[in-house]
Amino acid sequence: MSGTVSHSGKTKGLLIDVTLCIGCGACQEACVKEHNLPGGDDDQLSYRNYTVIQKHGDQFVRKLCMHCETPSCVSACPVGALNKRESGAVVWDHTKCFGCRYCMISCPFEIPTFEWYSYNPRIRKCVLCYERIEAGRPTACAEACPTEATLFGDRDTLIEVATQRIRSRAEKYQDHVWGLYEVGGTSVLYLSSVPFESLSFKKDLMQSPPSEITWRILGQVPNVVLIGAWVLGGFYFLYRRRHEVKAAEAHTTEKGGHGDAK
Amino acid sequence: MQNNHEFKVNLKGLFTPWPIIAAIILTVAFAIAIFRYVFGIGSVTNLNDIAPWGLWIGFDILTGVGLAAGGFIMTTTVYIFGREKFRPIVRMSILTAFLGYLVFIWGLLIELGRPWVIWHAIIYWNIHSPLFEVAWCVMLYTTVLFLEFSQVIFEKFGLKKLQHIFHLVSVPLVIAGALLSTLHQSTLGTLFAIAPGKVYPLWYSPIIPVIFFISCVAGGLAMVILEGHLSKRFFRHEIPFNLIKPISRALVYSLGIFALVRFADIAGRGAVPLMFANAMETPYFWIETVLLIIAPLIILNIKKIQYSELGLFYASLSAVLGFVMHRINMVTTAFARVNGGYFPSWQEFWITASLVTLGFVIIALIVRFLPVLPEGSLIKTRKERERYLAAKKKEDFGYKKLGWNA
Repeated sequence: MSGTVSHSGKTKGLLIDVTLCIGCGACQEACVKEHNLPGGDDDQLSYRNYTVIQKHGDQFVRKLCMHCETPSCVSACPVGALNKRESGAVVWDHTKCFGCRYCMISCPFEIPTFEWYSYNPRIRKCVLCYERIEAGRPTACAEACPTEATLFGDRDTLIEVATQRIRSRAEKYQDHVWGLYEVGGTSVLYLSSVPFESLSFKKDLMQSPPSEITWRILGQVPNVVLIGAWVLGGFYFLYRRRHEVKAAEAHTTEKGGHGDAK
Repeated sequence: MQNNHEFKVNLKGLFTPWPIIAAIILTVAFAIAIFRYVFGIGSVTNLNDIAPWGLWIGFDILTGVGLAAGGFIMTTTVYIFGREKFRPIVRMSILTAFLGYLVFIWGLLIELGRPWVIWHAIIYWNIHSPLFEVAWCVMLYTTVLFLEFSQVIFEKFGLKKLQHIFHLVSVPLVIAGALLSTLHQSTLGTLFAIAPGKVYPLWYSPIIPVIFFISCVAGGLAMVILEGHLSKRFFRHEIPFNLIKPISRALVYSLGIFALVRFADIAGRGAVPLMFANAMETPYFWIETVLLIIAPLIILNIKKIQYSELGLFYASLSAVLGFVMHRINMVTTAFARVNGGYFPSWQEFWITASLVTLGFVIIALIVRFLPVLPEGSLIKTRKERERYLAAKKKEDFGYKKLGWNA
């Protein structure tokens, strides 16, 4: 099969070699067809396209969901409508989503899009053709790519291929497999001959999953509840105690007063 | 004859411009909402794929919930810390908090893409999501607020037995309310902790839940003072000065702590140069800082005006506006570099205004029919009104001359 390297039951991914992309748009077309999208000649992701090609100088860069190893959106979704499947695909579940759009806020790459003009809107994003890849076939985009700029396979194998390419053509490639460590690793990897910043890739991305930050904070919830309950309970106890002492004192002075009068 | 008088007074009340203005705002908002349910959120807002959250999240939710913090602050003060003198204003603060949350949930029904499955938060769990925690805390806390408010209904209809039960559970209820509030007020900030690369460093912080919590205490206290002022204007119910004074002091302390934490946090992350950077975010940061921190702290620390009616009014108003600014900045300015210059549409402003209006209308109605305010603070008959006006004419009213402990 074209555009595929060996694959087994392991996490799948894509290797996108920017140096090989000729910007023909075959991937975008195949994607539109595969997922019955409205399509359109657009260079921004929207409900129309799960993937687009953006031109930076003389370089063409595909934009699509990175299918993070530890996705922010999956941790952010309050109803668990986004899931990372065993195959590596990050997939949205229409039966759960209530449309809060926190996935869009949380995504480090602004990937999920929304049907803004629908009465029953869906979150739209690349699903790594999970039905295809779980049946042992490559993604539609990898299959359609004429230059193998998009390569489908096991993530491990793709990393090997990428490092091999860098090693054999050191003068051509940047010494950086993008996606190896970014935000804790992504299933979609990139190779480039020019610095990634010049292709509008974000610099200063965390090398660990951002969801670790929120999880660390949420881990304090039991402490807040336990300590808070004890502190508030303690204050209430003090207040009652003061109240009782005062009442008792008032009682004794009253008695004492009577005694004096006698 | 007597009835006739009352009829006249009521009729006069009907023709103030407020009900008409409210009716117009709510009617147009209703039309916008219908349009939104048919043609989608994008048809009435400037939200889009790179600006998925805007004014509705910033004001209706982050601000609305934050300013309703007065509810848990006042109940805790009275029931747990035993500051009995604040009891006369507890009911009003519970009511405003309860309505704040109801209006906020109502706003969610417009803001969410698929509001008809909002209940999914109950059956589909994701404990890793801060928004999941917020959803649960808000659900539970709204229930707590309803139960806390139910004593007013029990009293109105003389349900002695239920009143007794309420008395028994009131303390655990208040503690639960305080804990739930602490959790979701801070977690509203945690929502943004997941996007370190996207949120501008003047607003992003690893301790953002702490910043949200302290600011909600300040905002909630400022709101109690402001509510007192408004309630005096609209219901002729005055919060005695011996209550306002300690609340304004608490506001000073909470604002002081907030300022310390906020600036220490900015300095600790090395973001001080950004405070003075030539960037589009800078003016918004300073508007927020002046309104929320600097102006109230100055007003409330000048001996001559700190306890004057106008001083308290402007200080609390400024703090509330600054709070609004902080929360709206959080979803707009802080994301300005990725959201493509989002600015709310007039429909977004209108829906927001309608939610505020709805809150006012419901409060005005409830205060009329249920014993929320202390006995005798509502003017119901013509005689009372005349007496009030005469007193006002003699300048017996107003914070300065009232002989504060009356």
